[in-house]
Amino acid sequence: MYGNAYIDPNEKAAGILAGEDPQKLAEFEARIARGEKIEPKDWMPKEYRKQLIRMIEQHAHSEIIGALPEGTWITRAPGFKRKLALMAKVQDEVGHGQLLYSAAETLGKSREAMINDLITGKSKYSNVFNYPAFTWADACVIAWLIDAGAIINQVANAKGSYGPYCRALDRICTEESFHLKYGHDNVVTLATGSPVQRKMVQEALNRWWPPIMHFFGPSDKISNHTEILMRWKVKMATNDDMRQQFLNMYVPKIWDLGLTVPDVNLKKNEATGKWDYTEPDWEEFKRVINGDGPCNAERLAVRRNAEERGRWVREALNTTDSKYIVPLA
Amino acid sequence: MNNNAIKELLYKMADDLLIIGHRNSEWTGLGPILEEDISFSSMAQDKIGQSQALYQLLHELGEQDPDTLAFSRSAAQFHNCQLVELPNGEYDFSLVRHFLFDHADQLRFEMLANSSYEPLAKVARKVKGELKYHVFHANTWMVKLGSANEESHTRMQAALNQAWNYALGIFEEGSFEEELATTGVFEGEKELFNKWLANITPQLLKAGLILPAQDTWMPIAGGRIGNHTAHLSPLVEEMSEVFRIDPSAEW
Repeated sequence: MYGNAYIDPNEKAAGILAGEDPQKLAEFEARIARGEKIEPKDWMPKEYRKQLIRMIEQHAHSEIIGALPEGTWITRAPGFKRKLALMAKVQDEVGHGQLLYSAAETLGKSREAMINDLITGKSKYSNVFNYPAFTWADACVIAWLIDAGAIINQVANAKGSYGPYCRALDRICTEESFHLKYGHDNVVTLATGSPVQRKMVQEALNRWWPPIMHFFGPSDKISNHTEILMRWKVKMATNDDMRQQFLNMYVPKIWDLGLTVPDVNLKKNEATGKWDYTEPDWEEFKRVINGDGPCNAERLAVRRNAEERGRWVREALNTTDSKYIVPLA
Repeated sequence: MNNNAIKELLYKMADDLLIIGHRNSEWTGLGPILEEDISFSSMAQDKIGQSQALYQLLHELGEQDPDTLAFSRSAAQFHNCQLVELPNGEYDFSLVRHFLFDHADQLRFEMLANSSYEPLAKVARKVKGELKYHVFHANTWMVKLGSANEESHTRMQAALNQAWNYALGIFEEGSFEEELATTGVFEGEKELFNKWLANITPQLLKAGLILPAQDTWMPIAGGRIGNHTAHLSPLVEEMSEVFRIDPSAEW
């Protein structure tokens, strides 16, 4: 998983390039157009740096917050095979967080500052993790379909222009492809299992469908801003294109398992080759992303608590090698 | 060779590993730094995998399959020492427990690498290689936190004092000690305890921590015969929650 680094496509473009040296900017854009990667010490426009930090940071946060809903099922996973695999998967996700924080740090923001912004609610993470994983089947659906969505996003972003982010994503995508297999295997097992298991997985899919449709973000209005970010290869595909790609790849697989998707309007439009669907509730999306979802408060409270409880350890790590000696009196 | 003696040995070892592995996994997503989150998860995976290998040996001796053994017994049927079932507490306690338990387990598996019971010796030769890294991890952190600053030192010493008598419970003797020793299966808990004490004493000194005074040592035993703290039952319930929905189903 997990991150879909979400850029608000509707942010105003005005002022993005204000104060940039036109010659340097032209050279920078020419490099990107030639397919070169931008490296940490290279010149870059302020807006490029800002958007990348925001994107990579959000992605990193999504990895560590995403570990929470799945992590609660590690202690309940049924049987050795599932328990070991889920532990390894969630560990990978935390590792992705570590890798991404390092990539973002190359742009000048420290991991600590990023985590502070996460726990104070200043920076966001993927909206899907503000929903609860009620049953084992929810964890299975997350592992399959949310990871599938994330892979679509990440494979696209891995072709972006910022070197450290691309390299992190290449490695992440390799691991993600195993997660996808893990998730799929779990869902297949439940969908072909006992009536109780089938019911569990169908109910989980029903619960997770709206957040999955939200996952790629709202429709892009082609703004000046989006255009610049796409020219700079910060944003690599539109939200709608990624959503279509997801539906195209996974709806047939869901149907193959005899599961249904809770959207009566979902069908492939033969004329356009695209999927028709009921427009997701973007008001709910906004409400949840702004803090009012079923689990926002809980997720942040857990993360904040972990930070608080671990503070003494981090402080101890910051001490020099000189040893603390217990005073004699 | 007496199968009951071997089974008793395997059960306590497997249960120790499963339960401490489960506790280690509870740090996932909650570690004090991401790197430790990842470390505890690695160790948890090793330990749970090791327990599975030991349950498999039990299965080969006629017991039920590993999943059934791990996921459908009640707390009173577990033979782990009480140390491993205690809640994680803060990172200080988790780390001290990890240090005390892993030193003992590494030595146990080293001893078993030469066991006359070849299936166990074979597993032990693989496991001891993994445990080497667990002990290395524990030692590094004990030294760092034991002597970094006043708070970390105080916490680590308090955690050591709290864990100590439980740790002595690791070495609770079973009913077949002599038989296992004379047949060359396992040299016994007394021998293990002596080696353990000799190993951890210099490490604790290096960490600036003091071993509790010997006249206060009161081993907390009972785990090996199914007497547990109130903490094990909820752990076992949670662990088997999904499995029990349909134990005959494939998950």
